[in-house]
Amino acid sequence: MLTKRIIPCLDVKAGRVVKGVSFVNLIDAGDPVENAKFYDEQGADELTFLDITASHEQRGIILDVVRRTAEQVFMPLTVGGGIKNLDDIRSLLLAGADKVSINTTAVHDPEFIKAASRRFGSQCIVVAIDAKRVVAHDPDFKPPLTWADAPQYRHLFLDVGARHALPLRWEVYTHGGRKPMGIDAVKWAKMMEEYGAGEFMLTSMNQDGQKTGYDLELTSAVAEAVTVPVIASGGVGNLAHIYDGFTKGKADAALAASIFHFREYTIRQAKEYLKERGVAVRL
Amino acid sequence: MIAIIDYGMGNLRSVQKGFERMGHDALVTRDPKVISSASKVVLPGVGAFPDCMRNLEEYGLIEAVRNSISSGKPFLGICLGLQLLFTESEEFGISKGLDIIKGKVIRFQGPAFGALKVPHMGWNDVSIKRRPPALADVPEGSHFYFVHSFYVVPEDKGVIATTTDYGVEFVSSIWKDNIFAVQFHPEKSQDLGLSILKRFGNMKT
Repeated sequence: MLTKRIIPCLDVKAGRVVKGVSFVNLIDAGDPVENAKFYDEQGADELTFLDITASHEQRGIILDVVRRTAEQVFMPLTVGGGIKNLDDIRSLLLAGADKVSINTTAVHDPEFIKAASRRFGSQCIVVAIDAKRVVAHDPDFKPPLTWADAPQYRHLFLDVGARHALPLRWEVYTHGGRKPMGIDAVKWAKMMEEYGAGEFMLTSMNQDGQKTGYDLELTSAVAEAVTVPVIASGGVGNLAHIYDGFTKGKADAALAASIFHFREYTIRQAKEYLKERGVAVRL
Repeated sequence: MIAIIDYGMGNLRSVQKGFERMGHDALVTRDPKVISSASKVVLPGVGAFPDCMRNLEEYGLIEAVRNSISSGKPFLGICLGLQLLFTESEEFGISKGLDIIKGKVIRFQGPAFGALKVPHMGWNDVSIKRRPPALADVPEGSHFYFVHSFYVVPEDKGVIATTTDYGVEFVSSIWKDNIFAVQFHPEKSQDLGLSILKRFGNMKT
């Protein structure tokens, strides 16, 4: 039986692991390779590196981190952050990454996901979606996207006049949850799947760093809309949150950072907790 | 020396590093001479079946694969390296494979896959039907890392080494003479995966 995956995520800045609370107040907490080995020994199912400052700093640093990690740990490694073109993907895969996760570049150029999945295979193309609940009415909002007016894409956009709370919808953001794109997150996921996304890493920007659990409604809405795996992300504060992500959220994998990073729980504890409650895990 | 065939598909570095970790020398190469002089040969690969076949042809490696297998030296196929050995695949229409093992490569489909995601991605367990030397340290029911949307259906069920359940009981590895080929990724399956690389590297040629 296919097991549910537990994926620790390491936010990496200039070659060092950090974990932020809602992407601010970053605390330096270690060497990525040592962290990766630690999680490998604990029985993590995969590992994700998020290069959170990739757009500002040299790309060579993360390549070196990936290279050194892949020499030490033998489990699937996903790398995201700052991927702009096919060469960036190729470099990461050659350095030892198994998958890359792409957010901003997909939003600005959806066709990029077609090209990337055709070239490298869907299995290594993860589309990262940062989504926030739609609440604010903003009549002047215009999606900051060159392709927003193309007729084939118009269905993706939230109706500006109806940017209110109900029915429950989520909007795609970029830049760590700072820039709204006007795109309906569930429709976006469906289109990205058609374009070749092999998996989704879905982060609730409302929940990220709050430690009050995943946005379960968002997670299940996307998981039910697509046929490829969905990784729930953003908000884990305890093991019950992970359980809920799998059961109510219908996620295929659970990503968490701080609860593992700050040793609040081990991965083994998480898996034992899940197993006791009837979730299939690899122990 | 173990030759890992490089035809431009996938993360070969992990396979090489996995062998090295287990104390075996391994070289990533697309030179038919190096492949022919190697004591053991690995055909890895991820991506789309037709692209993989085309690349093998373009790099002139089809003969090298065939010769390695007919020479009788230990041969390990991983993921696409398993599927390519078969007669044909359904991926993007019908694509011809190497036809070394008779059978087809088909997609996960059917009513069960409304609830089950495709690709089959993550850790799943294997049921051992026959135990090739490379699986010597692998207990029944062990988990390995899979990522694929297609699986092999051999005509001769006698080649099956392990099966795995994902909506259907599919063949997750085959063993025939000097060929051992797996759908999962030993190089991504932590200690048990590495044990396969170690045992493969230890095989007598």
